[in-house]
Amino acid sequence: MSDEEDDIILSELNDEELVQQMFDDLYDGLKEEIEESVNILLERKWEPYRILTEALVGGMTIVGQDFRDGILFVPEVLLAANAMKGGMAILKPLLIETGAPRVGKMVMGTVKGDIHDIGKNLVGMMMEGAGFEIVDLGINTDVDGYLNAIKEEGADILGMSALLTTTMPYMKVVIDTMVELGIRDDYIVLVGGAPLNDEFGRAIGADAYCRDAAVAVETAKELIARKHNQMSA
Amino acid sequence: MTNLLSRLLTERDWLMTDGATGTTLFNMGLQSGDSPELWNADHPDRIATLYKGAVDAGSDIFLTNSFGGSAARLKLHDSQSRVRELNRLAAEIGREVADASGRDVVVAGSIGPTGEIMEPMGALTHASAVEMFHEQAEGLKEGGADVLWVETISAPEEYKAAAEAATLAGMPWCGTMSFDTAGRTMMGFTSADLSRLADRLDPAPVAFGANCGVGASDLLRTVLGFRAAGSEIPFIAKGNAGIPKYVDGHIHYDGTPELMARYAVMARDSGAKIIGGCCGTQPDHLRAMRKALEETPKGPAPSLEEIAAEIGGFSSDSDGTDGNAVAPRQNRRRGRK
Repeated sequence: MSDEEDDIILSELNDEELVQQMFDDLYDGLKEEIEESVNILLERKWEPYRILTEALVGGMTIVGQDFRDGILFVPEVLLAANAMKGGMAILKPLLIETGAPRVGKMVMGTVKGDIHDIGKNLVGMMMEGAGFEIVDLGINTDVDGYLNAIKEEGADILGMSALLTTTMPYMKVVIDTMVELGIRDDYIVLVGGAPLNDEFGRAIGADAYCRDAAVAVETAKELIARKHNQMSA
Repeated sequence: MTNLLSRLLTERDWLMTDGATGTTLFNMGLQSGDSPELWNADHPDRIATLYKGAVDAGSDIFLTNSFGGSAARLKLHDSQSRVRELNRLAAEIGREVADASGRDVVVAGSIGPTGEIMEPMGALTHASAVEMFHEQAEGLKEGGADVLWVETISAPEEYKAAAEAATLAGMPWCGTMSFDTAGRTMMGFTSADLSRLADRLDPAPVAFGANCGVGASDLLRTVLGFRAAGSEIPFIAKGNAGIPKYVDGHIHYDGTPELMARYAVMARDSGAKIIGGCCGTQPDHLRAMRKALEETPKGPAPSLEEIAAEIGGFSSDSDGTDGNAVAPRQNRRRGRK
């Protein structure tokens, strides 16, 4: 359908055009093209952190918006995230080397008894896409698993996911334990999963229920900013 | 192929299936995180009570306690070696309850999703998905299930794999998807897409349809989508009793029996031949639904406005079948992938 446009030569685009093309290529899930573009920007002496925020995070924000709005669905987002991952693999060692700022760290997992991880993985990918550091505990995570990890990792955020009405109450078990131990307010707790809603999130004492991965990213950014403001106040 | 479900579908205008399994077992003391399927061996009396609840409330069909009975799901409980046994027991207990009812009651062997993403997006191959579903199907068949009932599926690839497994087991089958994301499945599949897929499969499902998802109103919109797609295959409506709320440490669904009774009549008027509930639907809901289906004469299909007014609003403006859905951005390279 677009044969005449097959001959986009990434290296011939100027910076602005290239970033725009990266937005498109992330949207279309083209991993090799993203890797090539990241390398081109590095050759052009872009800071790794600038490539991350302006090109990759910028592109994934559009993917996230269209996912939130029911325009893109899981298969497209998985492809986009996979392309993003290709770019990140190049940038990650360089980001550490250059001491790039840290956005925040989230420990996440699907709750005990629940093996659904598609939504959780999407949240992890989109959070990484937004520059967060992710520690993914996988599926079937019990209280000790969550609490040990947030402590050891020095996490800012705890994210819990459940896809079943039979497993979602376990989130309250985790939060109640945090309250008992007096550590609840040390962390931002985000919950998500198909059968949940805002009311459930409030009832169990989470900071927020996040409807989808895009909302999780927006909420995490907002709550991290609020936390920083409180700390400096 | 003659089977009890196909026969009943030709004899009756509508059939009522059951309600919630998970919600009901939870109320019986199932702990968050435990496998419901293990109860087929450990608490067969409670599983019989679950089935009887639906049968006594007037269900013509009930689903076995085997939703998470595939190796992929039982692995979580280190019980992947018990697939055959737990599925057989789920159906055996069901067979006894159905046979003792004194009327025609269909034992539908529930098969839920593997919880994994299939190739090429994910790691699960078609062959291993078929193998897992087939193993489960053989157990359900052995226990005396009349039909296999694949439910809560999101990906067409997984739906096809389950269909293939049913064929390998020599069993008639039904298959429903969960339309929980802007009126589509998580994978972006619409009601019209499923109707077309069901028509293409050989052997075709005895019935196809929707279960779970968001609330009863979204489910009715999906059923109207099936109707508009115009398949000859009967379709199934199995919606949740409202939206889950957290009350005193338990999940409670806000849909009343009266609301579900209205939903049942609207589902039938929209063309569904098999009508039931999903999460939150208790025997009281089923009794109200049965009564309403029997006492309310069949009317014209409701409009979306009528559904929204009586059952509640929709979770999204479009469900992807009305031509109003926003298409993905068309980038320069799109189409050359």
